[in-house]
Amino acid sequence: MVIPNFARYVKSRSDRQLLHGLKYNKTSTCKPEESNNGLPIVPCGLIAWSLFNDTYTFARGMVELKVSRKNIAWKSDRNHKFGKHVYPFNFQNGTLIGGGKLDPSLSLSDQEDLIVWMRTAALPSFRKLYGRIEEDLEAEEVILVNLTNNYNTYSFGGKKTLVLSTSSWLGGKNDFLGIAYIAVGSSCIFISFVFMLLHVKNPR
Amino acid sequence: MPRAGRIREKLRWSNLYTFSCLRPNVLEDGPHSLQGPGFSRIVYCNQPRVHQKKPLNYPSNYISTTKYNIITFLPKAIFEQFRRVANMYFLMAAILSLTPVAPFSAVSMIAPLAFVVGLSMAKEALEDWRRFMQDMKVNSRKVSIHKGDGIFGYKPWQKIRVGDVVRVEKDQFFTADLLLLSSSYDDGICYVETMNLDGETNLKIKRSLEVTLPLVDDLAFKNFTAKIRCEDPNPNLYTFVGNLEYDHQVYAIDPSQILLRDSKLRNTSYVYGVVIFTGPDSKVMQNSTKSPSKRSTIERKMDYIIYFLFTLLVLISLISSIGFAVKTKFEMPDWWYLQPQNTTNLYDPTKPALSGIFHLVTALILYGYLIPISLYVSIEVVKVLQATFINQDLHMYDEETGNPAQARTSNLNEELGQVDTILSDKTGTLTCNQMDFFKCSIAGVSYGMGSSEVEIAAAKKMAFDISEHNSEMSSVPMHNIKARGLMENSRSNFGVSEIELETVITSKDEKDQKPMIKGFSFEDSRLMGGNWSKEPNADAILLFFRILALCHTAIPEPNEETGSFNYEAESPDEGAFLVAAREFGFEFYRRTQTSVFIRERYSSSGHPIEREFKVLNLLDFSSKRKRMSVIVQDEDGQILLLCKGADSIIFDRLSKDGRIYEESTSRHLNEYGETGLRTLALAYRKLKESEYSVWNSEFIKAKTTIGADRDAMLEQVSDMMEKDLILVGATAVEDKLQKGVPQCIDKLAQAGLKIWVLTGDKMETAINIGFACSLLRQCMKQICITTMNTDLLAQDAKKALLVFLITDQAVKENILMQLINGLQMIKLEKDPHAAFALVIDGKTLSYALEEDLKHQFLSLAVNCASVICCRVSPKQKALVTRLVKEGTGKTTLAIGDGANDVGMIQEADIGIGISGVEGMQAVMASDFSIAQFRFLERLLVVHGHWCYKRIAQMICYFFYKNIAFGLTLFYFEAYTGFSGQSVYDDWYMLLFNVILTSLPVISLGVFEQDVSSEVCLQFPALYQQGPRNVFFDWYRIFGWMANGLYSSLIVFFLNLNIFYDQAFRAGGQTADMAAVGATMFTCIIWAVNCQIALTMSHFTWIQHLFVWGSICTWYLFLLLYGLSSPIISGNSFQILVEALAPAPIYWSVTLLVAVACNLPYLAHLSFQRSFNPMDHHVIQEIKYYKKDTEDQHMWTRERSKARQKTKIGFTARVDAKIRQLKGKLQKKYSSLSVQTIIPPS
Repeated sequence: MVIPNFARYVKSRSDRQLLHGLKYNKTSTCKPEESNNGLPIVPCGLIAWSLFNDTYTFARGMVELKVSRKNIAWKSDRNHKFGKHVYPFNFQNGTLIGGGKLDPSLSLSDQEDLIVWMRTAALPSFRKLYGRIEEDLEAEEVILVNLTNNYNTYSFGGKKTLVLSTSSWLGGKNDFLGIAYIAVGSSCIFISFVFMLLHVKNPR
Repeated sequence: MPRAGRIREKLRWSNLYTFSCLRPNVLEDGPHSLQGPGFSRIVYCNQPRVHQKKPLNYPSNYISTTKYNIITFLPKAIFEQFRRVANMYFLMAAILSLTPVAPFSAVSMIAPLAFVVGLSMAKEALEDWRRFMQDMKVNSRKVSIHKGDGIFGYKPWQKIRVGDVVRVEKDQFFTADLLLLSSSYDDGICYVETMNLDGETNLKIKRSLEVTLPLVDDLAFKNFTAKIRCEDPNPNLYTFVGNLEYDHQVYAIDPSQILLRDSKLRNTSYVYGVVIFTGPDSKVMQNSTKSPSKRSTIERKMDYIIYFLFTLLVLISLISSIGFAVKTKFEMPDWWYLQPQNTTNLYDPTKPALSGIFHLVTALILYGYLIPISLYVSIEVVKVLQATFINQDLHMYDEETGNPAQARTSNLNEELGQVDTILSDKTGTLTCNQMDFFKCSIAGVSYGMGSSEVEIAAAKKMAFDISEHNSEMSSVPMHNIKARGLMENSRSNFGVSEIELETVITSKDEKDQKPMIKGFSFEDSRLMGGNWSKEPNADAILLFFRILALCHTAIPEPNEETGSFNYEAESPDEGAFLVAAREFGFEFYRRTQTSVFIRERYSSSGHPIEREFKVLNLLDFSSKRKRMSVIVQDEDGQILLLCKGADSIIFDRLSKDGRIYEESTSRHLNEYGETGLRTLALAYRKLKESEYSVWNSEFIKAKTTIGADRDAMLEQVSDMMEKDLILVGATAVEDKLQKGVPQCIDKLAQAGLKIWVLTGDKMETAINIGFACSLLRQCMKQICITTMNTDLLAQDAKKALLVFLITDQAVKENILMQLINGLQMIKLEKDPHAAFALVIDGKTLSYALEEDLKHQFLSLAVNCASVICCRVSPKQKALVTRLVKEGTGKTTLAIGDGANDVGMIQEADIGIGISGVEGMQAVMASDFSIAQFRFLERLLVVHGHWCYKRIAQMICYFFYKNIAFGLTLFYFEAYTGFSGQSVYDDWYMLLFNVILTSLPVISLGVFEQDVSSEVCLQFPALYQQGPRNVFFDWYRIFGWMANGLYSSLIVFFLNLNIFYDQAFRAGGQTADMAAVGATMFTCIIWAVNCQIALTMSHFTWIQHLFVWGSICTWYLFLLLYGLSSPIISGNSFQILVEALAPAPIYWSVTLLVAVACNLPYLAHLSFQRSFNPMDHHVIQEIKYYKKDTEDQHMWTRERSKARQKTKIGFTARVDAKIRQLKGKLQKKYSSLSVQTIIPPS
């Protein structure tokens, strides 16, 4: 996706509505995706409306690889930000259909894909957590991915990438952090070395 | 309260005085014709009620110097605040934040602005309140006023109305501008001290109209009524036109009947007067100009930086709005998720230009963080606190008067650290206007052992330097013994001064034990206690003392405490003479209309004898005559003319056989003059009865002449008498310098400051003080620029305008020649130690300040080591100040104590008032007030130096931190399609300037000290960092900005690269915008706070608390913000607890970025300290390793090096002396070595 942090996009949401549902019906912040047939759309706003809806299934050989889709959103978001009694009853019912649909029978607090999606990324290219493979994978193993390409990125020439990554205590694989540490550390050592030499050469 | 009976003899001074008491010729002139505009004022004397109604309702005597009142405060203060360009910008931003264009919520724009403006206004209000309280102090002074039926009672000044009759007692200030009705003297004379108005120290004589003389006691006013018609209020101090209508007669009033507010009644026990001009109408208030609001150089420069940042702001806003327009036009239609077909003007792909323009506004607000909103308010807070430090400094507290130093406006603190030229008043500032009889030369013998303060200090320094010199010399082993011998030689060479110095020091100790007699610090047993009669020239000495005791216009007043007399003299010199005469045993104790009575304690008979001298004539002192004579007849009938006057005048008038002592006396006079004493020569003439009576008849004829010629005739007749004098001796009076003045001037000179003295006093006095303060010294080349020789020409020229014009031109050319000659002289001077002094008088100055001459004048003055301007008017003081300020472009400081200094105090970049003496004008107009001149050293060298550095560093840091922060917003824009989205939460940004980074920088601004105050004083050269502006030059400012740029790049790109794609938690969660924003912000907080910790060189617990506390506050805020309802915190809900804190990468990034941001600065700092250290770096190092206590020698050496090259101050004087001696030594040495080379065979 290109610009998830576009101001108009980022602002087009209503945290109150996500928590209180129809009890809170001032959805002007959600423009232009605010209401349908006089009722506010739940959840309203462009972010929700453009929900990512590609789906993936994984298989190791013929055996399906289990992907845990639970606990991918922050716990506080599930418990406190998205209402337990707010149901997306009229989501994606309008004339313009954006991204994915939601199961109207599940409350928002259980719609983890939505919760993850609603946390907009900082940069134009970004990753979102889809799920966790909790089984160990062997090296050189072939994994079959079945994906349904629902989400339209062709109009703006976006690319979609599926990344399988192992996470460590530092999170994902992060070469840059290491390089930066080495660079800063070595320049510290270099500078102190130079000053030491200079000091030995002509002490005060 | 019934008034006290008359203590004094009734005197009619008018009959005694020759020149100053000429009664205006009422008959001749007649009443003034007062018609037309400007002469509409009518005053009904003794009928103040009439003036309570229109149209004669004049303002009350209430004065106000406040800027605001309760009603005008809000609009005016708000207007003042928004005159600052940055505040205006933030106001616009706050208004726009209410529209949908704004990138932030309205509250995050308005709250900081309200806070900042509110704080500044509170400060204004506080300062104005202080001013109000000061006004109240003046307004509630009490004065005795006629309440009706001949009863007088006290009332506060502010209740006085026009037409009131008031009684002013001795040494009180006049309440308002009064018409003198009568005084305690029979002929209605009173003495007025106008020091507050024009800075002149001699008393002025005022006299009432003849008709009002009978109004001598309270009851006389029961039925007194009169009507005054006069000019309207105007600022002209020396003119007054009006008529008094009294008893159906009209009398003309002229300035000699007007007593001006803020002048003081002296030597007269009371006067009655009627109020003519009150409060704002009074001449002194009319003269006061609104004190201009001054801004410091740093602040003015800061404006340029702000303009620069504005340019930067507009530039990056333009970049982003163009970027936005392009994106909107070409790419946005493809972004289906934005529903581009369904938009407002703000994001309309079909109208990209319009969207771009809207976006420009958004961007201008968004990047507003480049401009530090809290800068002004932080600076103000800091300055108020700095001012408190100045106010609380015990080292600047004067115990005698109980006056602390006071920063009256706090916005010039840092300017104190950048002063280049000090323009100082003399009387009351350098001197205390107290004269001490110090030395005398009688019949060619010099008496008096005392030494003035300068001599003592110089002596100490000299002794010290010589011993040092000695050791230096002896360190050369070859000539060891010889050198010693030479040293001995040289010692005996100037042994005289050495011995003198020793006596000085010992006598000083004695003096401390003896009770001091005011006006007398003479010490010489040869004259004291009657010993003078054993001296060889006892006759001359007797005559000398009689001249002292007789030739004056003073009045004795018994002092009940001591049983002796106090003298009320016209000038302090005269008082000193009388005190001296009393101490020598010639006590003047009574004066009647015709006689002066003297009690001679040590007569030949051994008993005190009371003698009466008939005063036949009194030819009083005037600045033109420069002499004063009395003609007295002693009890034997011998008529004597006793004369005292300026040496040059007296020497011209000596008879042939009166010149016996001329040579030795003039030598003594030179000696006295060199040490800064005021000298007068004393002479007498014996008159034969017949000779006198012939002259007297002439004199009476002249005195009774009516018409304009009278003055000239009188002068001529006096001239005839004052000739063929016989010189007796000379006196030397010490114009007592205020405590510590020479030392202070010395230190200030060492700190590289130039000192100009601007005084209303006459040239001789000014030069004397120049010597006393070591601003002048003997081998200095004095360039005196005067119009003396052309004076006569100009006088003649008055007759014809044409001639006048020509001579005016001639005078100018003459001055130009003098100026050019002076410049030539300086240019041609080869000796690097040669020093020049410029002395110029007021009249010449009026030409020299004209447009075509002033540049020559300035360039000459700047090339001289010291400049003394004498006889300058208050206006000229201001003009000179302006010339220096504008001509050199450097910071000027004016210091003075009287109302005559107000002009220059207001004109200079910094005005300092001396609050020790009475009279508040100077203090009221000043920016700082100190009790004594000597506190100036600490004020400048310690506080000025500190404040300058503090403010400079503070501003630099401010720009650094805001650039570091503001630019990250811009970089982020590039990744958001320039849509105006910020990566940080609104709250973070709101807190950044106001809370999270403000306290450390304030503590930097308040507490930072590069070196301690003692070290500042020991190393005055450190001060030069201010005038050279090393801490706020463009190099440094841009250095800091570059540092900010670097930090912003590091913060943004390190964070971005680390967070942009990989998960940041073990659980696989990726960082969203809230997490990245919070992390980035954490990094910035760490980076800027570590930066300030590196910048500080002085830590107390407060700095630690603020710096590390700010960082903790950020975490605390993030925690609390995360705990608040998700409705408020949005995506930052529980961000610290749940997302960031458990992520090791969050902490490691913080560490990485903080180190990387500060590394270049640290490297630069280390490099500078190791290889190119500044003065304070070296001192800090010495102090840190405690080398100053271990290696005393090195410490002293460093100290003596840390002086600016200067040619004034007594250190320079001593150096010059030592050079001179060294030169002599060299000569001797070379001759000696020649001798040794020649074989003794």
